[in-house]
Amino acid sequence: MAEVRSLRRGEVALRDLSKSFRINGRPLSVLRNLNLDIRSGECLAIVGASGSGKTTLLRVLAGLETADSGRALIDGRPVTGVGRERAVIFQEPRLLPWLTVLGNVAFGLEVRGEDPGRADERARHYIALVGLADFQDAYPKQLSGGMAQRVGLARALTVQPEILLLDEPLGALDAMTKLTMQQELERIWREENVTMVLVTHDLEEALYLADRVLILPKQKDASPRLIGIDLPRPRDRSEARFVRYRQELLREFGLH
Amino acid sequence: MSLQELDRSIVHDGGSVSAKADEYLRRSGTAAGGWLSRYGLLIAVLALWQAASTAGWINPAVFPSVGAILSALWTGISGGALLDDIAVSLQRSGTAFAGAVVLAIPLGLLMGQVRSIENALDPVLQLFRQTSALALYPVFILLLGLGEASKVFVIFWATLFPLLLSTISGVKEVDSKLIEMARVYGASRLTVFRRVVLPGAVPSIFVGLRLSATTALLLLIASEMIGANKGIGFQVMNAQYNFQIPLMFAAIFILAGLGLLSNYALVFAQRRLCRWSDASN
Repeated sequence: MAEVRSLRRGEVALRDLSKSFRINGRPLSVLRNLNLDIRSGECLAIVGASGSGKTTLLRVLAGLETADSGRALIDGRPVTGVGRERAVIFQEPRLLPWLTVLGNVAFGLEVRGEDPGRADERARHYIALVGLADFQDAYPKQLSGGMAQRVGLARALTVQPEILLLDEPLGALDAMTKLTMQQELERIWREENVTMVLVTHDLEEALYLADRVLILPKQKDASPRLIGIDLPRPRDRSEARFVRYRQELLREFGLH
Repeated sequence: MSLQELDRSIVHDGGSVSAKADEYLRRSGTAAGGWLSRYGLLIAVLALWQAASTAGWINPAVFPSVGAILSALWTGISGGALLDDIAVSLQRSGTAFAGAVVLAIPLGLLMGQVRSIENALDPVLQLFRQTSALALYPVFILLLGLGEASKVFVIFWATLFPLLLSTISGVKEVDSKLIEMARVYGASRLTVFRRVVLPGAVPSIFVGLRLSATTALLLLIASEMIGANKGIGFQVMNAQYNFQIPLMFAAIFILAGLGLLSNYALVFAQRRLCRWSDASN
């Protein structure tokens, strides 16, 4: 598996990317001339007020939306639709209720034409990695919210993507589960050596996980800000430098 | 093993033998209680009927005793006459039901998926659905004659629509977020249909099957009241004309039994196929 890993790149480049929607017949600009490079293996967090376009940006990267102008490139190739090198984790776990945990985790690989035996084998590995080995025969309705989200994470990891796109993945979880899941995400990101793009509205989550934080402005004439987080991992939320970063981010949103 | 079973086995492993025995008694006690609360009223009604008829509180010529009905039922079945009627009736409603299943499920799946087909067929469908099948029965007789064909067709017609509409709504109500998830993993349209839409629609299809099975028996009786010389529905009418009232009630009991049986069979199949769904519990 090691040689496969070294071939993975997972670089993202955005060039003058713009996207607007029509709301009641009037165009509403969501992303305007965005330029950004995401390095291979990096964890980039995208934060911003609602309506700042962070989810739209993620959906463009996933290939679920197309940009009006400009380009999104992955490993130098323009994004034209969904792709094998990417996996998406949504705010809801989106599990198929008629499949067991194992069936759900193997689903992505099976859809991609992997032989079911091999798919199950790889699925078991990732189910263990997210700590659900005892629950592989359980059905989604028997799982708690945090467990269901872990299943979604395992399903995404099973296809061994270069880039993991996460759309507020922990947004629906309670505070305690959220903290545990942030630790897990950080560990898995390091172990799997995957590029992660994380959309979140939780500034602390962004600081805990990200190498850089992209702040998307709500006013489209303002330019986005990119803040590098230079802290050793795993990060300590109570440490002075962490707190200073937090204040800096809060100031960006006009809060103190 | 489901999680609930897991919990239960943990409880059991922890308990002593006597605790297990207590648990067993308690559970069989609740089972008996459950059975009584479910069927007690039915038994009471039958007992009251029997008492009222034998004591002469109601006219036994109109309401014969439950015993007389059961004996008529036994005579009919052991003599084979009622068995013939059951076979003929089952063949009529079964053929019609099978025809409805074969047409409605594929058509419903297609209509639920392809908006243009649904838009084109919907007005016709709504019109047909709102027209009583019984009102159309004379038309079917004119077209198909008074034989088997018109009987089967009127049942088919009435069973088609509940199943078709449930199948369509089942397909349309499949969570679009699940479809998007499958697409993100690169699923083709066909794979999305096979692995997400179809299994997601199964509980709703079962609702349609149960509605249709009930309708099939309902229409069976109506169709057998005109121009039939065999069948349970015919037997209800015929026994009444000949003033064989116990036989009439026996035929009605058989109808009720057939209805219960077909519903239980479908519920059983539904539980097997949709264990994951809340609707099956």
